[in-house]
Amino acid sequence: MNVAVSPAEQAAAAARIAHPAARVLIRRHHFRWWEALPWLAAVGFYFAFPAYLAFGNELLITVLFALSLDLALGYAGIITLGHAAFFGTGAYAVGLLAFHGIWTEPITSLMLAALAAAVVGFASGLVLLRTRGLTLLMLTICTMALLQEGANMAHDYTGGFDGLPNLAIAPIFGVFKFNPLYDNTQYLYALAVLLICFLLVRTLVYSPFGQSLTGIRENLLRMHAVGSPVRRRLVVCYTISAALAGIAGGLWAQTNAYVNLSALDLDRAATVLIILILGGYGRLYGAFVGAVAYLALEHFLARIYPTAWQLGLGLLLVLIALFAHNGILGIGEMLWRRYGARRAAS
Amino acid sequence: MGPAGPLVIENIDFAGILLGGLSAGTVLFIVSVGLSITMGLMGFVNLAHGAFAMFGGYVIVLAMNRAHVGFAAALAIGFFATAALSAVLERLLYRRLYRANELDQVLFTIGLIFIFIAAIVIVVGPESQLLTLPPALRGQVNLGFTHYRAYSVFLIVVGFLIVTGIWLAVERTRIGAQIRATVDNRRMAESLGINVDRLFTITFAFGSGMAALGGGLGAEFLGLDPQYPLKYLVYFLIVVSVGGLGSVVGVYYAALLLGVLDFTLKLYVPKGGTMFIYVLTILILLWRPQGLFGRKET
Repeated sequence: MNVAVSPAEQAAAAARIAHPAARVLIRRHHFRWWEALPWLAAVGFYFAFPAYLAFGNELLITVLFALSLDLALGYAGIITLGHAAFFGTGAYAVGLLAFHGIWTEPITSLMLAALAAAVVGFASGLVLLRTRGLTLLMLTICTMALLQEGANMAHDYTGGFDGLPNLAIAPIFGVFKFNPLYDNTQYLYALAVLLICFLLVRTLVYSPFGQSLTGIRENLLRMHAVGSPVRRRLVVCYTISAALAGIAGGLWAQTNAYVNLSALDLDRAATVLIILILGGYGRLYGAFVGAVAYLALEHFLARIYPTAWQLGLGLLLVLIALFAHNGILGIGEMLWRRYGARRAAS
Repeated sequence: MGPAGPLVIENIDFAGILLGGLSAGTVLFIVSVGLSITMGLMGFVNLAHGAFAMFGGYVIVLAMNRAHVGFAAALAIGFFATAALSAVLERLLYRRLYRANELDQVLFTIGLIFIFIAAIVIVVGPESQLLTLPPALRGQVNLGFTHYRAYSVFLIVVGFLIVTGIWLAVERTRIGAQIRATVDNRRMAESLGINVDRLFTITFAFGSGMAALGGGLGAEFLGLDPQYPLKYLVYFLIVVSVGGLGSVVGVYYAALLLGVLDFTLKLYVPKGGTMFIYVLTILILLWRPQGLFGRKET
């Protein structure tokens, strides 16, 4: 369309954009050069460590899971210890479809996993998100425990405690097969899914919707007062977050070719929470940093010195909670700012 | 092993089930009551409460098994050792996080749990510990209408004495009045000259000491091993949130309810019986988000 704009209006618009605050706001969602680094590192990892691709795959799935939690917890401030409910729902959706030979095409299975998790997220969010604090924490834990008990009891379909082993997943696009011994396909597949989901989350948090979520986290009363539909926003956010966690769970089931009750464990929910807070919540890349730091330490330390690992992790968590409220990225940011201040002073 | 099937269930009569459930619930109450008080008073999400119960339980059991201290003396040692440790931790660490957001509190207390678990594994070892009951509490006792394990009856009586004692302390003593005033309105309480900091430390230490008693008294029922604080975390939290934060009587009823339900369900519905407990918790919390006996948030 070609609309005539008067020179005065043009000048006014230019002046608005020239304002420093306006410039910051306009540029906020632009990509920065360092945002390419994690992806370059992920591709580099593929070529550099072919023997560790199974570990890399686990890492990518954990990043996606932590990212989904970041949306609910970091951006909307929904404090939950039951996020594994959605991870497990996605995993069991993929597992049940594949094990009973109903549907094995991987990409559409992932979509079904997302759908199943979204349904659970929407239904539970609709009732749970009226509460806050300890009550919300308990309700999320109980919902997850309920699903786990359900999966345990429906032994005939879910295999109960033993889970569903040897899932036959069809090749991607009918070409690329999952080979249980070599994780090349799994790794690249997980990386592609993570990239797509990440772009979605990134777009979402910089959108007006994402801004209103941050508003709800920062000042609930004020958001009510300005007429924001708080409950609806929270439920929508919770549902999207659940769908992403479901995708992570579905990926986990597909790439490992099994599902068991650990997908719905409190352990898993607590670990992903720790990972997110360790990395720094509410900042997109906290999920990446936290997952890398946690899993690398766990992978190389926990198997040799399990007790020392637990002690070290405990000390680290206590120190982060006491002194660095925003995780590893928060510490980095603080150091960067101090460095910048010193440079500006000199 | 007796004959399988309905015969076994017929042998365990109604009174037996009730007493077993009540003693289980009493243990849950003794461990959780401190958590409820401190959460109600300070609004602090202390997931590490079970770690104090474990610490106290270990002190009590090891004092009896290795140092051959008497049962009552061991309980006292466990209570005071745990209270002292928790008072130190409260002064040094917890205090800094009272005003922090819930996430930092959750992270901090999960970290503490890991430290406690690792410390116990390193110092004592990963195997579970057994409580040796004093001779007076072994065997059966005649209650008139039925015979039952003496120790279970002892637990129920102790639990009743504790809830009565704490209730009287909160309702009738000076420090209890100060606690109630602080729960209602912290700023006003401070303005009236109540030393809120000291009050926090005292209640925190007392609550942890009670948890220690629960850890020791319940060792033969809940077991005692390094994974204790994680294994029972959800149960303690259910009791506290269903009972209502800060309500001693509420926690007592919630714990007894959970104990009886759990005991009965494990007997009759061994598979999936716990599902009912989760459903019930969800329904109660949706009906009354502040818990059965909690006060509405203002």
